[in-house]
Amino acid sequence: MSEPLLRVKDLVKHFAIKGGVFSRQTDRVHAVDHVSFDIAAGETLGLVGESGCGKSTTGRCILRLIEPTAGEIWFEGRNVTALDRGALRALCRDMQIIFQDPFASLNPRMTVGAIISEALTIHKLAKSRREFTDRVVQLLETVGLDADHMRRYPHEFSGGQRQRIGIARALAVEPKLIVCDEPVSALDVSIQAQVINLLEDLQERFSLTYLFIAHDLSVVEHISTRVAVMYLGRVVEIASARNLYTSPRHPYTEALLSAVPIPDPEVKRQRIMLQGDVPNPIRPPSGCRFHTRCPIRKLPLCSQQIPELKEGPKGHWVACHLRS
Amino acid sequence: MAGSIRALPSTEVGAGARASGRRFSPGLEAWRRFSRHRLALAGGVILIAMVLAILLGTTLWPVPINDIDFTARLGPPSWQHPFGTDDLGQDLLARMIYGGRISLAVGLAAMFVAVSVGTAVGAIAGMSRGWVGSGLMWLTDLFLSLPQLPLLLLVIYLFRDHLRALLGPEGGVFVLIVIVIGGLRWMPVARLVRGQFLSLREKEFVEAARALGASKTRQVVRHILPNALGPVIVAGTIDVAAAIIAESTLSFLGLGFPPDIPTWGRILYDAKDYLDIAPHWALFPGAAVFLTVLSINFIGDGLRDTLDPRRVM
Amino acid sequence: MGALLEIRGLKTHFATDDGMVQAVDGVDLIVDRGETLGVVGESGCGKTVTALSVLKLIAMPPGRIVEGQILWQGRDLVPLGGRDLDLIRSKEIAIVFQEPMTSLNPVYTVGEQIAEVLRRHEGLGRRAAREKTIEMLRLVQIPNAERRVGDYPHQFSGGMRQRVMIAMALSCSPQLLIADEPTTALDVTIQAQILELLQDLKSRLGMAVMLITHAMGVVAETAQRVVVMYAGKVVEEAPVRQLFARPLHPYTRGLIRSMPRIDRAATRKTRLEAIGGVVPSLLAPPPGCRFAPRCRFAAAICREAVPPLREIEGGHRVACALAETIPQ
Repeated sequence: MSEPLLRVKDLVKHFAIKGGVFSRQTDRVHAVDHVSFDIAAGETLGLVGESGCGKSTTGRCILRLIEPTAGEIWFEGRNVTALDRGALRALCRDMQIIFQDPFASLNPRMTVGAIISEALTIHKLAKSRREFTDRVVQLLETVGLDADHMRRYPHEFSGGQRQRIGIARALAVEPKLIVCDEPVSALDVSIQAQVINLLEDLQERFSLTYLFIAHDLSVVEHISTRVAVMYLGRVVEIASARNLYTSPRHPYTEALLSAVPIPDPEVKRQRIMLQGDVPNPIRPPSGCRFHTRCPIRKLPLCSQQIPELKEGPKGHWVACHLRS
Repeated sequence: MAGSIRALPSTEVGAGARASGRRFSPGLEAWRRFSRHRLALAGGVILIAMVLAILLGTTLWPVPINDIDFTARLGPPSWQHPFGTDDLGQDLLARMIYGGRISLAVGLAAMFVAVSVGTAVGAIAGMSRGWVGSGLMWLTDLFLSLPQLPLLLLVIYLFRDHLRALLGPEGGVFVLIVIVIGGLRWMPVARLVRGQFLSLREKEFVEAARALGASKTRQVVRHILPNALGPVIVAGTIDVAAAIIAESTLSFLGLGFPPDIPTWGRILYDAKDYLDIAPHWALFPGAAVFLTVLSINFIGDGLRDTLDPRRVM
Repeated sequence: MGALLEIRGLKTHFATDDGMVQAVDGVDLIVDRGETLGVVGESGCGKTVTALSVLKLIAMPPGRIVEGQILWQGRDLVPLGGRDLDLIRSKEIAIVFQEPMTSLNPVYTVGEQIAEVLRRHEGLGRRAAREKTIEMLRLVQIPNAERRVGDYPHQFSGGMRQRVMIAMALSCSPQLLIADEPTTALDVTIQAQILELLQDLKSRLGMAVMLITHAMGVVAETAQRVVVMYAGKVVEEAPVRQLFARPLHPYTRGLIRSMPRIDRAATRKTRLEAIGGVVPSLLAPPPGCRFAPRCRFAAAICREAVPPLREIEGGHRVACALAETIPQ
């Protein structure tokens, strides 16, 4: 069993809420609470959950765009959480990120060429002007754009094209791991397919590893090798994509899967309706976070004890007192 | 947040339209939008005309400003003296051209001081996460609460002679006035810039730069500042106008430049006692200040609409 | 048997800096009594503008209904204005929008906002309006309705706010509810709740629903008939089963094939069939069929003239010159 490319151990991120005259901390948002998972080289780990579950925060903590409150992140055997500024900058060459909003993730006042090549400038990766331009052209063509798009500005492109620019930017440093934070959620369905195909092609061509964060379960299932499900800051289930979708074990996963509308009127399903809304992450429920909405909960156990993520057969992990 | 970010029907259409091959840099785009604002264009034309008149004035109208001629005193506008003469028979047009240079110089310099100091303070406050930011804002609030006119008078009273000795009569007063006016107008700019920085630093493209390994300096200079300057430019134009009025006021109060230097405010000061006999004397400098300030304000309006990010982002 | 709502040849254009955008360019649509019509399409296809045109909620200028008729129970709404239109809005046709956060006024309680509708359109007095308001909140399954009626919008979650919007829309028992992407901004489990609520209310109140969305899955589950729009025109119209079983227009086919399916997780994963290219500009749309530049099957005839919407089989209409010849 070889060393995983990325190992996240007990990651915690709490956001302080400040109040009062002296901005003292009055409360905390428990965004990410003891999250652990591994990603092997070359695979795609899908991270799903609804809004407020902490998946985007997790992704950003891995790159230390947000500083974790506690926990460890290991990349290729190096402790990312302990690195200083300088070493962290070097790490940018190994881990990159693609953002959700194709409109906000590109600087409107920079040309496309400048956006894509910024990494080359920062890390001094091109030795001559010629090499610089060649690399930019190469990146543009890799993501399916034209060389003469270099001189244009982001507002001249459609959403799908901007997302490609964002991908080219991430590829400039030749990273090993790319955190994809909802990369297709803001795109039209027909464009989504284009970008998903592009991501798959790039993964094969450049031996990339993806952490694919999304709320769209269909997309995640399609592109991921394994999938982790998060709820209110905790991981509740991890399994291979096929196993998760054919035989989910956590009640939240079951409900989530049954809620996804299927584009086929012939398919009749039994919907598991969850009552109520997602609880407030400032005051999460005691014990199992899902117990307030869980259709199979058993009190008082579920409201008192936090279930541990336990491994089952075929690498299928579940955090549930009743199902593991 | 779950779900997509859907633009409104009309803006969405715009993005699609542009992707069909037209090439516009943000600069060209901005000019297109600016030129649609008629008042702004009119203001621009007027201002350019006045600046040209002032710059070329001494060559086109080489009449000395202190040519005393008692025979022609208080003369109304005539072919010989298009703007008339004052009580010493000095040609008003020549004096206005000379004064205009100073007024505009003071206006621009004071604006520059205000914008520089304000941007620096606002940027530092906007980028800091701890007490530095709050401290700077507290300082800004402090300055905002100071009564401007009494402070102006006090500073001038205290430092005028020192600076005059240091830099000569004209230079000294120029520096003093610029610092005083600019030094009391940086606060709104600081607030504006801080607000812009606070919102911009959380934007995804800045995060992306951070993820690529950009230093904080690079993030600020390359990413945040260029996008923050829109409202600052608009505020800057307003500052020029306000500075010109402030200088005129000071001169009118007898506190600005020495009496022999004919800034527009000074001319007004001299003319105030002769309003019934020679109204033209006050009319021209008054109109000049009015037109300058008005056109600058119109330009500012046009810039505000042009640089409004509501369309692009 | 007249249709409830019939849109004939609607053209809504917008004057922009770059020219005239033909957002909706000749749309025909029918909503029958008591049915759910799904209007599906991607961004820029004109579905939202069509819906907003019905109640003339478009800013005019820069928008304008250039041509066409909107027949509500036989009466043309296009020339109506002012009072006449107000009587129809909310009372007969109601609309629910995508963003519940921005659709509700943050400075008034939800009770006040719903009561306003009731007092205005039904002429109820204060007490009667309040009682009916609480009844409506209960109808949309908001727990503790009597207490919640005095809460402000920010005190509700996204899903709850959407329920409030629905309550407001249904308070005058309209005959048609236009729902413009009602669940797009919501989490998938909340979306399921809201869609079920809409189905339930629809059968209870016997109203028709025009559901506008970009999600084919939502349409497959809730609609009885579907209209597919592309670049300002209707390209296909069919009963829902037929549309998914035998999509005739290449765009519809491409759309269905480009979606990943979780119910097929057990089978081998295949590559998604993407539709290449981008949506054409609505400023200067290509002559002929607007989908031709991206269509695999496009022939010369497609680029010459805009294909009319014609009936191929019972209730199944397509705007494609080659519909019969394209292999399935």
